[in-house]
Amino acid sequence: MNGLRGHRLGSLDEIPVGEGRTYTVDGEMVAVFRLRDGSVRAVSALCPHRGGPLADGQIDNTVVVCPMHLFVFDLATGCSLSGQPDLTSFPVGVDADRTIVIYPEVSP
Amino acid sequence: MAPRLVVIGNGMAGVRTVEEILARGGGFEITVFGDEPYGNYNRIMLSNVLAGVQDEAGIFLNDLSWYADNAITLHTGTRIARIDRFAKQVYAEDGSATAYDKLIIATGSRAFVPPIPGIHRPGRGYHQGVFAFRTLDDTRAMIRYAREHERAVVIGGGLLGLEAARGLQNHLGHVTLVHAAGHLMNAQLDAQGGAILRRSVEQLGIDIVTGAHTTEILGKHEVTGVRLKDGRVLDCDVVVVAAGIRANATVAETAGLVVERGIVVDDQMRAQDEPDIYAVGECAQHRGETYGLVAPLWEQAKVLADHLTGRDPHAAYHGSRVATKLKVAGVDVAAMGVKEAERDDDETLVFSEPRKGIYKSVVIRDGRLIGATLVGDVSKVAFLMQAFDRGLALPEDRVELMFDLGGPPAEVSAAELADDAQVCNCNGVSKATIVQTVHGGCRTVSGVMDRTRAGKGCGTCKGLVQQIVEWAAGGEAEEDPGASWYVPGVPMPKPELMHAIRTHGLRSVSSVFATLVPGGEEDAKSKMGLASLLKMMWGAEYVDERDARFINDRVHANIQRDGTFSVVPQMKGGVTTPAQLRRIAEVAERHDVPMVKLTGGQRIDLLGVPKEKLPQIWAELDMPSGYAYGKSFRTVKTCVGSDYCRFGVGDSTALGIAIEERFQGIEGPGKMKLAVTGCPRNCAEAYVKDLGVVAVDGGRWEIYVGGAAGAHVRKGDLLATVGSADEVITLTGRFLQYYRENANWLERTYAFVPRVGIEHLRAIVVDDAEGLAADLDAAMAASVAGYRDPWKERAEPVTPGQFRTSLPLVVLPQVPVR
Ligand SMILES: Cc1cc2nc3c(=O)[nH]c(=O)nc-3n(C[C@H](O)[C@H](O)[C@H](O)COP(=O)(O)OP(=O)(O)OC[C@H]3O[C@@H](n4cnc5c(N)ncnc54)[C@H](O)[C@@H]3O)c2cc1C
Ligand code: FES
Repeated sequence: MNGLRGHRLGSLDEIPVGEGRTYTVDGEMVAVFRLRDGSVRAVSALCPHRGGPLADGQIDNTVVVCPMHLFVFDLATGCSLSGQPDLTSFPVGVDADRTIVIYPEVSP
Repeated sequence: MAPRLVVIGNGMAGVRTVEEILARGGGFEITVFGDEPYGNYNRIMLSNVLAGVQDEAGIFLNDLSWYADNAITLHTGTRIARIDRFAKQVYAEDGSATAYDKLIIATGSRAFVPPIPGIHRPGRGYHQGVFAFRTLDDTRAMIRYAREHERAVVIGGGLLGLEAARGLQNHLGHVTLVHAAGHLMNAQLDAQGGAILRRSVEQLGIDIVTGAHTTEILGKHEVTGVRLKDGRVLDCDVVVVAAGIRANATVAETAGLVVERGIVVDDQMRAQDEPDIYAVGECAQHRGETYGLVAPLWEQAKVLADHLTGRDPHAAYHGSRVATKLKVAGVDVAAMGVKEAERDDDETLVFSEPRKGIYKSVVIRDGRLIGATLVGDVSKVAFLMQAFDRGLALPEDRVELMFDLGGPPAEVSAAELADDAQVCNCNGVSKATIVQTVHGGCRTVSGVMDRTRAGKGCGTCKGLVQQIVEWAAGGEAEEDPGASWYVPGVPMPKPELMHAIRTHGLRSVSSVFATLVPGGEEDAKSKMGLASLLKMMWGAEYVDERDARFINDRVHANIQRDGTFSVVPQMKGGVTTPAQLRRIAEVAERHDVPMVKLTGGQRIDLLGVPKEKLPQIWAELDMPSGYAYGKSFRTVKTCVGSDYCRFGVGDSTALGIAIEERFQGIEGPGKMKLAVTGCPRNCAEAYVKDLGVVAVDGGRWEIYVGGAAGAHVRKGDLLATVGSADEVITLTGRFLQYYRENANWLERTYAFVPRVGIEHLRAIVVDDAEGLAADLDAAMAASVAGYRDPWKERAEPVTPGQFRTSLPLVVLPQVPVR
């Protein structure tokens, strides 16, 4: 990941409320979701089951449902709730000028 | 350091033993080797997967995270080739060695494949088209192959063969079952019972040949038939071998363990003369018995866990009394113990009613039940099983063993059942487990079934599970609320939900969650169903929140396995023109559309279109959407009709076009596929559509509803016969509207029609017995008036990035281009 300042992905307005869009971060595909409660979440973009595009999935304030075979993942942790391998989750937020930022992993 | 426990075999017995060990506090460092590339699944459910009544995801018992959470090292897809019992190590096929302190062998069985000439291809495994039925991979391969072929022969008329035959019917047109013995299920049934079973199975459309030895599998490259000993040849392109099983004991035998039909074990499941090696499940032979059912392994797993963890050093397995049940919907068979009298003084009772397909027999020795067979009516099975298993005293009036005579049903009452009595054999759930679950706060039958898995196998124990739940809840089992909800996330059945939506004037999905769900919690899986309902109810007033739509409805195209989309333009009634064809061809060529395919609904499908190209392709096609992606009105398939067809008696094409014109794009709880056919020859397959119209003599039309010919096949019920095309359109609209308002989310007409009953539908739709017709017609007319072609939504994206790709360019499975 890129220094301490994190990755700036683009404006929050690129993502309609309640939907997701895919971004590339260091060559890695990341699905970013804008929840209806106003917060954002970021997880790896492909469903580990058969590679479904998760940004096309339906979400609520907790989970995303893969559009291909309807497997369910926790948006905050990336954990599979239906017996698949887990997704990677990324720390993500929105800064003062409404830009989506993926923060660098905090090393212990 | 904790002692190292190695388990060979990640199947039902091995993992159940591990679960029992963990339930007793564990204390081992556990490593499991499994030949199959998966977590642990319920093998018996493969029959349900083949029959299409359960999906694969539903049969998994433990997913990979369970192993991780319990610190179990799992090596999937890893076969153990050798055990060194002196060095106490096992060797995988790749040569890696793993040391153990205690070893459990739970390698199960494999299909027994008789040495029939032609069954194998030298050096290549089975002949193409030949399958065994043991693993998930077998099942997947069989389904895939069967779907593309037409005639199957199943070799073996036991439980597995019958379940395979029934399941295959789901995927291809014709199934013949070839059985060597004189009658079906000869291991469990006597000849009379077998004959009655045969008739019931034949009624399902399965051909049966008994007393038939298969002598050769025919076909050079692929199977083309089987030859029987009497010279007969049965043409087929799929062969499934279900001729029995053999224990997987070679690894044990090579290691020097005592193996007869299985690995010989003592009452602690310990291999003979081996202090540290155990065997459980189908690979074990205990007191001369090997078992081919799951019930014994639940008991074996408990004994072994008690023994290994030291919980009960005296735990001993004494063998199991097993009951077999056939998992073929509509053909109930249960059998236990001996099938007929063996000694002169054995008492037998037989009841036979062949016309109804019912046969019951019981065998009694010294006042105890030693065998029972039930065909066609298994209502007494729980009672008999209990009497058989525990050796209970039998009722004086022996006929009560077979029938409920007056008074309260003599079923085992929940209170009388012993705590440790096995209630669900398929999943090994005892009465105590169910009672604890209820006391733990789960007071609904389906909740308990989900939590414990009781009742989720063959289903025959559901009645008993329900009784126990009710009893444990003090007669206050809660109605299972969830089962009647329209969508899982809003706690209301559809009529109440619609009423509440109207009362509160809720016009958007988010307002439904906010108003009608306690706590206001959203639910992703409920959004699509709510969006459909609200759109139907409010029409133009519906507040369309795009996130409530499924991806297909966000971009008006059908997502494909590689994340691209398919584009199907409207082609009303399957009629097109040279100009249209030319335009489609040009667009496909210009955009290098990877596949162009005719659909079953008589249209042209452009497959493999990336999301970002959709608007441009629609613009260039400049044709309306064919709605091949939504839970909505899809197409009207037609035949050539009276204009050109020699047989046509009605103008099916014109009527089909008119129907499609009117109801195009209407959303509903499920897809609606229609057809109009010009004569009873039924070229447009109208009998198997959600609504199908058939022209009959005298200028009349028959309307069938509730048909299906997908994963589920059902002939529609005749709703009405009418005299004019106008009446067809009116009744079609009224029926569809009634379906839209009353069906549960994703409930297709083939389930809805039988649920509400054709008489009831006819009363409402045709006879207007409840005075609803005018409202239904008006509601449908409003929906029709609100129709807008979604493909016009292309000049400007409706939401930012509506057509932006969500895909990387390489990682996904690539669909081969033909
Ligand atoms: C289609 C079908 C329907 C059935 N229906 C019923 C039913 O209705 N009721 C009922 O009671 N029973 C039913 N059965 C039988 C039931 O599934 C078995 O009795 C049960 O699975 C036995 O469990 P097991 O652990 O002994 O064997 P399995 O479940 O077969 O597990 C053994 C595992 O060990 C693995 N293995 C084998 N050798 C090695 C090795 N050398 N190294 C690593 N791994 C190895 C195998 O790949 C397998 O995964 C059915 C079986 C089938 C196939
Ligand atoms: S006994 Fe088969 S599901 Fe319970």
